Amino acid sequence: MNVPAFFMLILIALPQRPGMAETAFVSLEKDQAVAMVEVPEGTLEGTFKVGKRPRGIALSPDHQSLFVAVSDEDTIKVFDPKSHQLKGQIASGKDPETFVVDPRGQWLIASNENDNQITVIDLKTFKKVKSIPVGIEPEGIAISADGALIASTSETTNMVHWIDRESLSIVDNTLVDPRPRACAFTEDHQELWVSSEMAGTVTVLDTITHQMITKIHFKIPGITMEKIQPVGIQIDRQRQRAYVALGPSNRVAVIDAKTYQVLDYLLVGQRVWQLAFTPNQRFLSTTNGLSNDISIIDLQQRKVTKSVAVGQYPWGIAIAP
Amino acid sequence: MVMHAWRALMGIMGREGLRFIHQRERFISALVRPLLWLFIFAAGFRSTLGVAIIPPYETYVLYEVYITPGLLGMVQLFNGMQSSLSMVYDREMGSMKTLLVSPLPRSFLLTSKLLAGAMISVIQATVFLLIAAAYGIEIPAIGFLTVLPALILSGLMLGALGLMLSSFIKQLENFAGVMNFVIFPMFFLSSALYPLWRIQESNPTLAFLASYNPFTAAVELIRFALYGHFNLNAALITFFSLLFFLGMAIWGYNPSQGMMNRRA
Repeated sequence: MNVPAFFMLILIALPQRPGMAETAFVSLEKDQAVAMVEVPEGTLEGTFKVGKRPRGIALSPDHQSLFVAVSDEDTIKVFDPKSHQLKGQIASGKDPETFVVDPRGQWLIASNENDNQITVIDLKTFKKVKSIPVGIEPEGIAISADGALIASTSETTNMVHWIDRESLSIVDNTLVDPRPRACAFTEDHQELWVSSEMAGTVTVLDTITHQMITKIHFKIPGITMEKIQPVGIQIDRQRQRAYVALGPSNRVAVIDAKTYQVLDYLLVGQRVWQLAFTPNQRFLSTTNGLSNDISIIDLQQRKVTKSVAVGQYPWGIAIAP
Repeated sequence: MVMHAWRALMGIMGREGLRFIHQRERFISALVRPLLWLFIFAAGFRSTLGVAIIPPYETYVLYEVYITPGLLGMVQLFNGMQSSLSMVYDREMGSMKTLLVSPLPRSFLLTSKLLAGAMISVIQATVFLLIAAAYGIEIPAIGFLTVLPALILSGLMLGALGLMLSSFIKQLENFAGVMNFVIFPMFFLSSALYPLWRIQESNPTLAFLASYNPFTAAVELIRFALYGHFNLNAALITFFSLLFFLGMAIWGYNPSQGMMNRRA
C-alpha cells in the first residue's frame, strides 16, 4: 500500500466529528434576506438579499437548490446555495408562505393562504401542475418521506386535508383543534402530527384511518397557557423524539414520539417559530421571530448551546450539509 | 518569627473555624437567605425576567440561573459583614486585646483574620453552590473548579470591606445600621439580581453607579468563573478594592492614626 492511500484509509476510518459545520439558511422576513449560519458553531457567515418578505425556505433533496417563498412578490425563488445566484422563479400563486419539496424531486407543493388552495409545481419546468382547493387559509403542508402521502392544514377551517398523490385531489378531511399551523409525517409515514396554535395542542393522526391516535398537551411551570402556541414540528428518523416549537412561551417541547410523553421544555429565543434538523440529526435549530435570533440545540445533551443574532424577523430555516 | 506568624495564622483560622462549626445557626441562616431567593423569588420572576443573553452566557438562561452567581456573592457579602460583626463583638468583650497585644504586626493579624473569614465564606458559598446544582441549576463541571479562585478573591474583598467598616464602628448597635446602609444598597445596586443593561433601560445613573460597585465586579467575576471564563476587568476592580479596603482597615485599626485612638 502506498503512503497517500494509507492516509486516505485513515481519513475514511476516522469517525466523523459530530460537530462538523453545516450551513443553516434562515429567511429574514423584515430584512428581505436569507442569513447563513454555521451550525453547531453558531457563526453568522453573512446574508444575501432574496426579495420582499421571505418566509418558507427549503432545500432540494440533492441540496443543490435553495427554494425561498418570497411572499410579497407572489413567487418562490430558486437559488444556488453555494453561490447564492438566482437560478429561477416558480409561479407559486399568490402569497406563498409554506411549501414542501417532494422527496422524489418531482414536485414542489405550496400553500396559498389568500386563495384557499395549494399549488403543485413541476420542479423540472417550474410550471404549475395543478391547484387544489382546500379549506380557508391553508398553512401547514407536509409530504411523507417516500413522497406517497400529502397533507395540508387549513388555519380557519381547522382541518387536515388528505391528498392523493396520483389524482392530486382531496380524499378525506379530518377536524383538528383550532388554528392548525403545521404538520409533519413520521418517517415510517404511519402518523401525521398536527400543531394547533390556538388550542395549544398537537394532534397525532393515523395516516390509514385518518383518525386521532392521541392529543398532546403542554404545561410549562410559570408560563400561562395562552402563551403556549405550538407551531413548527420535527420528528427524528427513528421516531424516538419529536420537537415542537411553542411560540411565545419561548420553549421547544421535547416529546417521546412513541409514548407521546413530553420529556422536557428547552428555553430558546422569543416566539420560537420553525425548526430544522441538521442532516445528521445531531442538532436542531430554531427561528425565534421576536428576538431576531436562532437557537441551536444539542440533541444528545438535550441542551440549548447557543443563540445567534441573525437579522430581523427570522421565519423559516433549512440546513445543508 | 516565621514560625510564630504561622502559628498565629493557624490559631486565628482555627478559632474562626471552630466558631463556624459551633455556630450552626449562623451557617444555616447564611444558607437559608440565598436559598429563599433562589427557590421563591427566582421562581416568581421566572417568566417576567426569564431571559437575557449577556456574556458569559451563549444562549437564553432562566432567571434562577442568572441570579445564582449573585446569590453566591450575597453569601459572601453577608459573611464578610458577620465576620466583622464578630470583630466589633470581640472588641466590646475585650477578647480582641488578647489578639492585638501579640508582638506580630497588626496588619498581619488583620490579614490573618481576613483570610480566616474568607475561608469560611468560600465554604459557605461552595455549599450553597452544591445545593443550587442539586436543585437543577446547570453549571459546567469545570465551573466548580474555576469558580474557587474567584470565590477566594471576592470573599477576601468583601471580608476586607467588613473589616474596614468594623474599624470605624464604635459599638455593636451601630453595626446593624451600617449593615443596612451598606449591604442592601450594595446588593440591590449591582448586577446580582438583574443585568446592567436592564438597569440602564430604566435609569442610566443607577446603571453607572452599579457598574462601579465593587460588589458588581465580585458577582461578575464569579459569574464568568462559573462558566470557565475570566473577566479581567472585574478581577482588577475586585483586587484593587480588596487592597483599598484592607489598607483602610489597617489604618483604621492603627492606634496612633486610625479611629481606634478616637474611641479610646
